[in-house]
Amino acid sequence: MSDRYQQLVNTPIGKIVSKQIGLPNPVKLERYERGQPLVSGPVLFGAAPGGRLAGATAKVLAAIDADVRTPLEKGIRTAAADAGLDAKVFDPDAATEDETFKALVFDASGIEVSEQLREMWAFFAPSIRRVRNSGRVIVLGTAPADCKRPRQATAQRALEGFVRSVGKEIRQGATAQLIYVGTNAESQLSSTLRFYLSPKSAYVSGQVVRVGASALSADGIDWELPLGGKYALVTGASRGIGRAIAKVLARDGAHVIGLDVPGLQRELEETIGELGGSSLVLDITDDDAPARIATHLLDDHGGVDVVVHNAGITRDKTLGRMDEDRWNMVLGVNLTAQERINEELLSREVIRENGRIVCVSSMSGVAGNAGQANYATSKAGVIGMVESMAASLATRGLTINAVAPGFIETQMTAAMPIAIREAGRRMNSLAQGGLPVDVAETIAWFASPASGGVNGNVVRVCGQSLIGA
Amino acid sequence: MNASARRVAVLGGIRIPFARQNGPYARASNQDMLTATLEALVSRFSLEDETLGEVAAGGVLKHSRDFSLTREAVLGTRLNPHTPAYDLQQACGTGLEAAILVANKIALGQIHSGIAGGFDTTSDAPIAINEDLRGVLLELKRAKSNAARLKALAKVRPQQILPELPRNAEPRTGLSMGEHAAIMAKEWGIERGEQDELTVRSHKNLAAAYDSGFLDDLVAPFLGLERDQNLRPDTSVEKLARLKPVFGGQQGTMTAGNSTPLSDGASAVLLASEEWAAAHDLPVQAYLVDAQTAAVDHVHKREGLLMAPTYAVPPLLARNGLGLADFDFYELHEAFASQVLCTLKAWEDPVYCRERLGLEGPLGEIDVDKLNTHGGSLAAGHPFGATGGRIVASLAKTLKENGSGRGLISICAAGGLGVTAIMEAAA
Repeated sequence: MSDRYQQLVNTPIGKIVSKQIGLPNPVKLERYERGQPLVSGPVLFGAAPGGRLAGATAKVLAAIDADVRTPLEKGIRTAAADAGLDAKVFDPDAATEDETFKALVFDASGIEVSEQLREMWAFFAPSIRRVRNSGRVIVLGTAPADCKRPRQATAQRALEGFVRSVGKEIRQGATAQLIYVGTNAESQLSSTLRFYLSPKSAYVSGQVVRVGASALSADGIDWELPLGGKYALVTGASRGIGRAIAKVLARDGAHVIGLDVPGLQRELEETIGELGGSSLVLDITDDDAPARIATHLLDDHGGVDVVVHNAGITRDKTLGRMDEDRWNMVLGVNLTAQERINEELLSREVIRENGRIVCVSSMSGVAGNAGQANYATSKAGVIGMVESMAASLATRGLTINAVAPGFIETQMTAAMPIAIREAGRRMNSLAQGGLPVDVAETIAWFASPASGGVNGNVVRVCGQSLIGA
Repeated sequence: MNASARRVAVLGGIRIPFARQNGPYARASNQDMLTATLEALVSRFSLEDETLGEVAAGGVLKHSRDFSLTREAVLGTRLNPHTPAYDLQQACGTGLEAAILVANKIALGQIHSGIAGGFDTTSDAPIAINEDLRGVLLELKRAKSNAARLKALAKVRPQQILPELPRNAEPRTGLSMGEHAAIMAKEWGIERGEQDELTVRSHKNLAAAYDSGFLDDLVAPFLGLERDQNLRPDTSVEKLARLKPVFGGQQGTMTAGNSTPLSDGASAVLLASEEWAAAHDLPVQAYLVDAQTAAVDHVHKREGLLMAPTYAVPPLLARNGLGLADFDFYELHEAFASQVLCTLKAWEDPVYCRERLGLEGPLGEIDVDKLNTHGGSLAAGHPFGATGGRIVASLAKTLKENGSGRGLISICAAGGLGVTAIMEAAA
């Protein structure tokens, strides 16, 4: 699983050689550790005039005790003062080169016509080269669908191109994101902004996420233990990404119910035992699996708060050589089982209020992949499931979202032929593979009780892969 | 304010032209300059043989022998020798603090008249003997036997010949005033251009004040100097732009042009009760209404060293029921152009006003056309102790000529101090 190339180019000689001949130079990404500040350096915070998100953003920055700088402009300074944010002043013309930032956060919601997109240039051009290693660029806007006028929708849609380009330009482990905040959803921004500012989003870049309104407030949440007192079902929890998900949800305070097939019972019990969770051994494709799961959750825990559909398999073959078994197995595990479990849990009201369904899709599901017609079909189906169920779940106070992992360093990828493995690792903005924990952190963000406004999103954990971008 | 307090009248002031360090006043002592200034004031207001309530004056750079310099200066003038006097020191706030002290005694009825003054020489600076040598000499003095005396003398070393020179550095940070101002300029994003513009305005305003005759009775020639030596009436933003930064490193924005130079000079102001003024047939130019000092924590909280006036003014305004906009004239001491700009930006900034000053919103903006209308320290120069007297005298006359109105004085000082005051025209 080790990335020898990354180790090599980070030696003193390797750095010189890779720079001279223009090889990719992946830096070691910073990752979250319990107890560390969400942002480990100064945050530059700006806004286009007339925006509506500066106040909510300032509140989050104040709550995480960020060291904030802003331009000396009345609007943003007033928002900062109202939030109790003791922000220092930043003027690019007067600042020396050593003034650098861990994050740049810009409220672009005030941009109503394309001419005003100049504000993006004005804020980022003098600051983008001041972003530190593993830094963050976060743009906040209004989803085009929520815009009243066509020109406003046009300008807000344009932000996507900006953010994706920045993600490809900044290097040094830094990432760029666009958060569309819906009308009356300003108070829901917190969990998403915290996730994107923090090292928890290490391998997420170039993503567009929508935060909508929710009746459920994030106030009073314990951000160190957001899942305290919650029960989380994780399928395929014994190994790889599933194991990482179980660990991160347990770290956030959840009691994890790990589920896996009988053949992996020993590994499952070992993993879950360490976390103080409980195990459920069954094959999710069995006819009675959904009912058994629902009964187990109701009997042992009185219900469940978070359901993570992680279990998945691959049976790769080009379509002409693929037998029916390969097709049926992959579709059965990766898609149909999820649908059946959801249906059972929802009809028997096993998922409690403010509950979460989180699915695992894949980069193949977004972009397709030769030799994976079955797999890509199932994973694209997962995206369809998220998109089709989000609205009705919202009415019940629930959310459904999906992660779409790109190249994640697991036993599966370690077994790939070297050429394919290296291509997968390097063909993204961060020039390296992600880790299972990167997927898990993204799922934990969706799973948080503070993420009630995050619904119907598919977020890729792919380092902004070139594939399917 | 004490309800029984009397109004304090500013009858007028005078100063000698300010000289640059090692210029025409290179051989003049603080006492020479203060004596000449007091004498000029005596002549102008016919104070010969007058016994005043007191004379309070001070300077920053003083010789240890000058422990009672002001009293000595008084004895050298035609004031009645029964006039008491004392020295005080509050860095660059010294001159204004002297006026506040005299004014408070007048307000309380303890005295009826007084002179507030200030002085400083950076040329005739005190040089102390080497600290090691001082230790040896004191030990020698304590020695009771010849053997002990020899033992003490044996500790004399050649390097002890090096004297202690006064330094323009903050004791607790080791940084010079300019370096502190450069940190503030960087924090507030103050650009070179705006500093140079403010500097040009200071020179133009002071030059106009000379040309119009405004300063005729405010400045008395001394040692052949008739105008402030630092004044450059023909300076321009283009000329100033050519200067290299002297503070804040190569990327710094502060130059010898937009910073005050080390200078020599003295000033004095005559204050009195209305009754005393009437009895002496002296018209009242303005009233010194109220004053406030404050300090920042530049040591532990690393606040801007020269930002203390931003703290002093809000309670001063609140106590007098005034807003920042309720003034016709603003006299902000220009220690550095960047210091003035930092102060203005801080008062306009919602974050600073809330987090530092504990205000609900920004204190407000100042119309730059009302700022330092007859020039400031950038043009005149800044003999530390003399600046307060220069400003009080100039503002009093400005208010008198205007016939009505109100002025705000704000002076920053070393040690993280700020001294501020309100003056009103005599109706």
